[in-house]
Amino acid sequence: MTPTSRPSEDTAALLDVRDLRIVYDSPRGPVEACSGVNLTVRPGEFVGIVGESGCGKSTLLFGIAQLHTAPARIAGGEVRFLGEDLVTLPPKELNDLRWRNLAVVMQSAMNALNPVRTIGDQFEDAILAHEKWSDEEIRERSAEVLRLVAIDPVHLGSYPHQLSGGMRQRAMIAMALLFTPDLIVMDEPTSALDVVAQRSLMVQIKELQQKLGFAVVFVTHDMSLVSHFSDRLLVMYAGQVVEFGPTRTVFDTPSHPYSRSLLDAFPSIRGPKVPLLGIPGDPPNLADPPEGCRFNPRCPVAQEACRSEAPELYTLEASPDVQSRCLAHRPTDPIDISSPATEVTAS
Amino acid sequence: MTPLLETRDLSRHFKVGGKLFSHRLLHAVDDVNLTINEREIVALVGESGSGKSTMARLLAQVYKPTAGQIAFQGKDLAQLRGRKQHLQYRSDVPMVFQDPFASLNPVYRVSHGIKRGLKLHRPELSARERHQELLRVVAAVGLNPPEEIIERYPYELSGGQRQRIGFAQALAYRPKLILADEPVSMLDVSIRIGLLNVMAKLRDEEGVSILYITHDIASARYVSDRVMVMYGGHVVESGPTESLLADPQHPYTQLLLSAVPDPRAPLEVTAEAAKAEPPAVIDPEPGCRFRARCPLAVDECAHVTPVLRTVEHGHTAACHVTAPTEVAAA
Repeated sequence: MTPTSRPSEDTAALLDVRDLRIVYDSPRGPVEACSGVNLTVRPGEFVGIVGESGCGKSTLLFGIAQLHTAPARIAGGEVRFLGEDLVTLPPKELNDLRWRNLAVVMQSAMNALNPVRTIGDQFEDAILAHEKWSDEEIRERSAEVLRLVAIDPVHLGSYPHQLSGGMRQRAMIAMALLFTPDLIVMDEPTSALDVVAQRSLMVQIKELQQKLGFAVVFVTHDMSLVSHFSDRLLVMYAGQVVEFGPTRTVFDTPSHPYSRSLLDAFPSIRGPKVPLLGIPGDPPNLADPPEGCRFNPRCPVAQEACRSEAPELYTLEASPDVQSRCLAHRPTDPIDISSPATEVTAS
Repeated sequence: MTPLLETRDLSRHFKVGGKLFSHRLLHAVDDVNLTINEREIVALVGESGSGKSTMARLLAQVYKPTAGQIAFQGKDLAQLRGRKQHLQYRSDVPMVFQDPFASLNPVYRVSHGIKRGLKLHRPELSARERHQELLRVVAAVGLNPPEEIIERYPYELSGGQRQRIGFAQALAYRPKLILADEPVSMLDVSIRIGLLNVMAKLRDEEGVSILYITHDIASARYVSDRVMVMYGGHVVESGPTESLLADPQHPYTQLLLSAVPDPRAPLEVTAEAAKAEPPAVIDPEPGCRFRARCPLAVDECAHVTPVLRTVEHGHTAACHVTAPTEVAAA
C-alpha cells in the first residue's frame, strides 16, 4: 500500500475500509470488482457512493456488510468497523453486529420482504434473532419504528402487497432501525420509486439520520440524487475509487474527468437547454481492464500518458480533503488536461 | 391539419375487488384528450399509478377503451376491420418496453426479433432486402458495427444497447409513431442521454413521432416538443415543453419540478409537503384528484372537477386556483 493512497489515518472513523479487494472467480480467471478500495465513514456521516452499473459499487457494499457469496471472495484488505475487522471476524460475532450495529437496506423492497408474511411478523423475526423480548416489547418497538418512517402501525398486520412501493421501502428502513444501528448501508433504495416519492424518502432518511445519529453509506447510480443529502461522495469507476471528497466540492469542481462527465450527463430542469452527449462507450470489462487509467478509452481529455501509466489516488494540493485518481493531479509532473471539456453551467 | 393521433375523452376503468354484484371501479384514465402531430415527441409525465402506462396500452390496443375514441390519421380505431388493418396499425404504432432485460428473447440472436417483425409487417421484402433493412435500423439507433451487433445474444449487450435494439425493432416496421413506455428508467443515468439522443434523431431523420412516457420531467424537457402531465388518470396540464416548464400552472406540476434533484442548485434540505400518497381513483367523487396533497386547495376543488383551460397559447391547465378562467388564445 502506497502512502499516497491513504492521506491520513482517520482514528475517529466508524467504518474504515482499507485496501479492500473483492474478486469474482470465473472459469476465465478472476475478475476484480473492487481493486483496493479505501473508504472511511465517520459516526453520523452520510457518504454517497456513485458509479455506473458494473463499477463495483454494490460489490463494495456487500463486502462491507460481509454479505458476498461465492463466486465473490475477499482477496485482500480490511473492513474495520467498531474496532473489529469484519473480514476475519468469526460468523457468530459477525451475526451479533449485523442488524444491531450494522443494518442493510436492499435495492428492491418488493423482493426483500416476504410476500406471505405480515410486516409485523417479519419485524418480530428480526428482533428475536437478536433479543429475547416479550410480545409486548416487540409490538411496541415495531410500532415505534414504523411511526418513525411515517407509516401507521396498523400496517404491522398488513402484507407487503397491501403497501405502496414507497411504503414498502420505508418499512424496510424501519426494519433496519429496530436496534438503532451505528451504520446503515443502503443499496439504491429509491431506484424503484418515482421522483416525488424518491425525494420524500430521501428527505425522510436525512431527517431520521439527523435525529438518530446513525451513519449512512448510500449506493446509487444517480449522482444528482445524493447531491443534497450526502456529506462526502465517493465516485467509483471500474472497481476503483476515482474521486472522494466533500459532496459540494465534487459537484462544484469535479477533479476527475469521469466525475465531470457523470455530472454533465444530467439534463437540467433549469437554465438553457444544451445538447448532452452522456459518456460515450461502455464501462470496461473488469476481467481485462484497459492499460493505464481505466477511464482513458472514454475520457474526453485523455493524453498519451494516460494510456500507459496507471494513476494512483492522489490527494489534491489545493483542497487536501479531496482525492482524485487522475494523472492531472499527481504531485510530480502532472499532465495538462485543460481542454475543451464542457463547463458546468451555473444558473 | 389532421393530427397523427388523437384521443377524444378517452377513459379506461378497471373492476377491482368487491363482492359479486358490487364491484368497484378504478378509474385509471379519465377523459383524456391527447393529440400527437407528425414529427413530434410528446412526453407523458406522471408518477406511478397516474395512468400513463394505461394510456400507452390503450393506444397499443392492448386494452379497449371504456369510453371515448382513438383516431389514427383521422380514422377511428374502433372502425378497424380484419387482421390486415390491425396489423397495419400495429406496424404504424409499435411499442418499446421499459425493461430491456425482459423484452428480448434470451435464446435468440438480436437479429431474430427484428427479422421476424420484418417478415410479418413487410412481407414484400426479399431475404436480401430484409438483411439490408436489418443492418440499416441497427445502425440508425447508433449500434456500430451493425454486422457484428446483430450476431450477438441479448446477454452480450449492455442495458443501453439492448434498449437500442428495442428501438431498432420498432423502427424496422417503418412506424409513424413509437410508443415508448419508460424506455430509459431501467438504464444508468450516464447511458440515458445516449438513448434520448437516439429518440431525437429518429424524429429528425426518420420523421417518426414518439410518445415518451416517463416520470422524469428533466428528461422530458431534454427531448420533447410538448409535455402532458397526468395525475390520477386526468391530464392536469399540457403545453409546449419550454413554456410549460418555465411557467408551470398546476400545483402538481410545480411539485414534480421541485422534486427533481438538481446537483447545480445550492445545498439545502427542505421538508416540503411531499406527501407521496396516491390519489383515490377507485369510484372517485367529482373534484380535483390532487386536492388532498395540494397546498392551494379551496372548497371548490372538493366538488367540481377542474377542466383544462387555456392559460396561454397552447398551454392548458386544470386548476380552479391557478387557471380559473379561460385566457383568449392569441
